[in-house]
Amino acid sequence: MNAIVKPTSDADWDVARVRRDFPILDQAVHGHPLAYLDNAATTQKPQSVIDAMDQYYRRDNANVHRGVHALAERATTDFEAARESVRRFINAASTREIVFVRGTTEAINLVASSFGQGLREGDEVILTAMEHHANIVPWQLLRERTGVVLRVLPITPAGELDLEALPGLFSAHTRLIALTHVSNALGTVNPVRQVVATAHERGVPVLLDGAQAMPHMRVDVQALDCDFYAFSGHKLFGPTGIGVLYGRETLLQAMPPYQGGGEMIRTVSFEKTTFAGLPHRFEAGTPDIAGAIGLGRAIEYLEKLDWGAAMAYENRLLEYATDRLRDIPGLRVIGEAQDKVALVSFVMDDVHPHDMGTILDHRGLAVRAGHHCAMPVMTFYQVPATSRASMAFYNTVEEIDRLAAALRHARELLA
Amino acid sequence: MSELNDLYQELILDHKRHPRNFRDMPDATRAVDGHNPLCGDQLRLFVRVVDGRVEDVSFIGVGCAISMASASMLTEAVRGQTVGEAQRLFADVHDLLTSDHPHTDPAELGNLGALAGVHEYPMRVKCATLSWHTLDTALTSDDDSVTTE
Repeated sequence: MNAIVKPTSDADWDVARVRRDFPILDQAVHGHPLAYLDNAATTQKPQSVIDAMDQYYRRDNANVHRGVHALAERATTDFEAARESVRRFINAASTREIVFVRGTTEAINLVASSFGQGLREGDEVILTAMEHHANIVPWQLLRERTGVVLRVLPITPAGELDLEALPGLFSAHTRLIALTHVSNALGTVNPVRQVVATAHERGVPVLLDGAQAMPHMRVDVQALDCDFYAFSGHKLFGPTGIGVLYGRETLLQAMPPYQGGGEMIRTVSFEKTTFAGLPHRFEAGTPDIAGAIGLGRAIEYLEKLDWGAAMAYENRLLEYATDRLRDIPGLRVIGEAQDKVALVSFVMDDVHPHDMGTILDHRGLAVRAGHHCAMPVMTFYQVPATSRASMAFYNTVEEIDRLAAALRHARELLA
Repeated sequence: MSELNDLYQELILDHKRHPRNFRDMPDATRAVDGHNPLCGDQLRLFVRVVDGRVEDVSFIGVGCAISMASASMLTEAVRGQTVGEAQRLFADVHDLLTSDHPHTDPAELGNLGALAGVHEYPMRVKCATLSWHTLDTALTSDDDSVTTE
């Protein structure tokens, strides 16, 4: 059980030592030390993850769940061990509830496609106005197929969910609420336990998009009491191409297969095919074995961290960055929720985010410029795009100082 | 990568701060919307073509410094040209910005030569070419909008 992990003190957080675990951070970009502030797009990988994947391909590569030779057995053992690491990390009740997918996007598509097959015209799905496109478009595709109705929970100017509007969105036809745990564009941490409680009182299951939450906090799916939880390996210091759908076993059992093929069957004939049990029923085809092993190793790395200290440290980075950026003339922070992860979205008068991105890059600062795959959020704030500095536990206050100096420079150059 | 000053030359910054021909055109013969959905740059380009000649050209829009400056410089360069000349200029600018071995000499393009620095920033080339693709659409097709991605 880990939902109780709260920020403690960052006194013992040795950021210099942590940075040495991430070899990519030690490089120069355009003659400046790299300051990687684009962690909401993807995080960097510790050496142990790189080594685990390297070793898999050098020594153990074989297909999983078939073949009796030594390599096949090693690959299968390591692949399933990674599933157990995921289960333990998010405190799922069983590995049958851990489905490997390509990433958060595929996890949500799986639910929209498979769980969605049980929905009928007029059934309703509740989303929120701060969702990533990955938690909007799959439901729109479902709407085209089945005629479900999408209802959208609005957000407040501060960038928080308008929870007072939530009860009014439920009806007798509500079948699911799908929302993000943490906003990728605003950094808002949503009160998902409260949302889950509200939904469950009405017998409605809840899907949480955990892509942005997982790197910043310990998540316990049983404590959250959510029904689905989706996240990506690459935002969790693991490799790209692998992600996880957690699904409550009773729900997964009732859902039809997502894709058909090898791995997901028990017997096949042209007359009748029987499907494999959980979780393999949802894992057609050869999976990303190296990716899963890399994710497992990333989780082992994360399990050794002092999360209370890491969270306190990230809170300090957020507070420092927010204060420094607010001091800059013409700069406006987008997203000022009470509860945020270490992420600051902003716009600056007379400096377009794309010019900002280029200017910062020249000083070795990697930030994201754009709509962050959250166009409805941009529309809400009436901006075409924002710049976003998103931090991880390996970033430093010195990097934020450099960011603030570069932002002032950008304004001098362009305004 | 080259120096930042090669991208943000004084001429480009001047056009960004003071865009030329930044206005609506009620008597335009063609008005085309250009949109780069990837970065949100959008503009509307107006042309008034009379007897095969671009009598007037203007634009309105929002976008980054490169896209706005490029559109502003476009209006200065194209006004008074024949449609054929404007199309050849589009081809030259496109070549200068996108080709690895451009045959176009930036010196021969006058002020537009200042855009040559964009070539070194592959992520920004579409910012600079948006208005030019919009012009090309206005002059050569019946479409009312164009997107670059």
